[in-house]
Amino acid sequence: MIEVAVRHARGAFVLDAAFTAEGRVTALFGRSGSGKSTLVEVIAGLVRPQHGRVVVDGVTLLDTGAGVRVPVHRRQIGTVFQDARLMPHLSVRQNLLFGRFFARHRPGGPSLEAVADLLGIAALLERRPAGLSGGERQRVAIGRALLARPRLLLMDEPLSALDEGRKAEILPYVARLRDEARVPIVYVSHAVAEVARLADTVVVLEEGRMTACGPAAEILRRGGLFPGRETGEAGALLQLRVAAHDDVFGLTRLDGAPGRLTVPRLALPVGASVRVRVRARDVLVARETPRALSARNVLPGLVTAITPGDGPHARVEIACGDASLVAQVTRLAAHELALAPGLPVLAIVKSVAFDEETIGVVEI
Amino acid sequence: MPCGAWTPGHDPPSCRFCPPQRALPLFLTPDEWSALRLSLLVAGVATLASLLPGLAVAYLLARRDFRGRALVDGLVHLPLILPPVVTGYLLLLAFGRRGLFGAALAEIGIVFSFRWTGAALACAVMGFPLMVRAMRLSFEAVDRKLEQAAGTLGASPAAVFLVVTLPLALPGILAGAVLAFAKAMGEFGATITFVSNIPGETQTLPSAIYTLTQVPGGEAGALRLALISVALSMAALLASEWLARRARRRLGA
Repeated sequence: MIEVAVRHARGAFVLDAAFTAEGRVTALFGRSGSGKSTLVEVIAGLVRPQHGRVVVDGVTLLDTGAGVRVPVHRRQIGTVFQDARLMPHLSVRQNLLFGRFFARHRPGGPSLEAVADLLGIAALLERRPAGLSGGERQRVAIGRALLARPRLLLMDEPLSALDEGRKAEILPYVARLRDEARVPIVYVSHAVAEVARLADTVVVLEEGRMTACGPAAEILRRGGLFPGRETGEAGALLQLRVAAHDDVFGLTRLDGAPGRLTVPRLALPVGASVRVRVRARDVLVARETPRALSARNVLPGLVTAITPGDGPHARVEIACGDASLVAQVTRLAAHELALAPGLPVLAIVKSVAFDEETIGVVEI
Repeated sequence: MPCGAWTPGHDPPSCRFCPPQRALPLFLTPDEWSALRLSLLVAGVATLASLLPGLAVAYLLARRDFRGRALVDGLVHLPLILPPVVTGYLLLLAFGRRGLFGAALAEIGIVFSFRWTGAALACAVMGFPLMVRAMRLSFEAVDRKLEQAAGTLGASPAAVFLVVTLPLALPGILAGAVLAFAKAMGEFGATITFVSNIPGETQTLPSAIYTLTQVPGGEAGALRLALISVALSMAALLASEWLARRARRRLGA
């Protein structure tokens, strides 16, 4: 349970945000300059806000009203920065044990071996940070924060300095962290894909103000919240189970509330839970069953709402079974198909629309 | 070649205008040995004694904003621009037997004037700006983000200084110490003004060389000591270069 309320003016920029989050991963989402990093610095104790209150698991770390301000080094908040910030004069092992040394009087937390295994850095222990790749450095930084026995793990865009390949390399480790390490995480990001794969709660910031806060599935459906390029990235977040594999064609069948989805082969056992993001821009809407269609996923449903956007787009919400999909179509199409609430339609998604970015494993 | 004097009784070996005619005797005389030993002692003590104050002042100037910062900065750099004789004279006024602090210090048994300790004090004061400058630059070069990261990992400000800032600034700190040592080995003006030139007590290498050049027949000794000076300076420079390179390699830069 994390409770944060901050009012802080820095020149013309005013950060004014308050949220409460329960759950394992809380995402702070917003474009650069929205105040995410300042918020992180306030929580970590690196910035002293004019007004603020930070409570983590019942421990008040900051309360300007009551004159409480726990200094950085006593907050026990493991922080992972954009740049790994490893100590260049220490080996990887010494870096990992840096925080553990100062936390030696507090019991608990995973062992060095467990963390090194979890993050796949066991082979790097005797190396120096200068000899590591960006992705390796970031994994060491995560391990170092984790070994400091933190009450909260604060990750400030830990992947933003990495290229796509390295991101894909680290994201599964962060997901494992969430499922295995049992430390609440605040994850700052401006990438919908990361947030969708990791977060239970999403807090959206824009120009210093909080514009939305709620469960990830609910927030990620709303398109307008996200920065320009990412608009089409919004979409439904579905919980599904691996039902069967087809090794001849390299496909995997997923079953769940919206029905049955066929996606490219996943390296997961049957029965595993997955979280699938169906991007609004990947969903087609049809009124009649199309014939001879290449797309493998045709889900019958009912239109529940249509929201025209400012530009050429409109958002169509479709209830499929117990789940709900979002489709981004042109306003023209919505008009010509005479889409209206209550209308039965088919939501069509190509199997190839699903990739590593949209499917993640979750342990429930 | 003799100097060309034709006076009767002209003796080239003891004539101060004749260049040395025999091979340079390499062995030091007892007085020269004592000057060398004294120089090393004075420079070593001066460097060690100014190490902690130097670190403190360098850190303050690099990291803290306080009232009177410009004044401290100016005072530290003063010996660099003042004529050394003036610095020596000011030291005499302050730490001489009847000086401002000298009188009080003498009562508790600390005497600087005309002692080797005074030579060390003069050398420390003269080397201080060089030392502080190098240390300050290296403190400024330490990435403050690393210090912040150490803080979030539970290190108190004192621990951050000891385990992060200090080791990362080490190359510059060593360079500063070597510079101060080299400066102390060569200090002449302030030392001779403050504590004079007493063989065995305050006569360091430079004053010994100076003395030898002023007496007939001293050329060989002056040259020997000069060579030793050159060798020591070169060794100090090489040592500092080696230390800096080693530290850089350790940081993987």
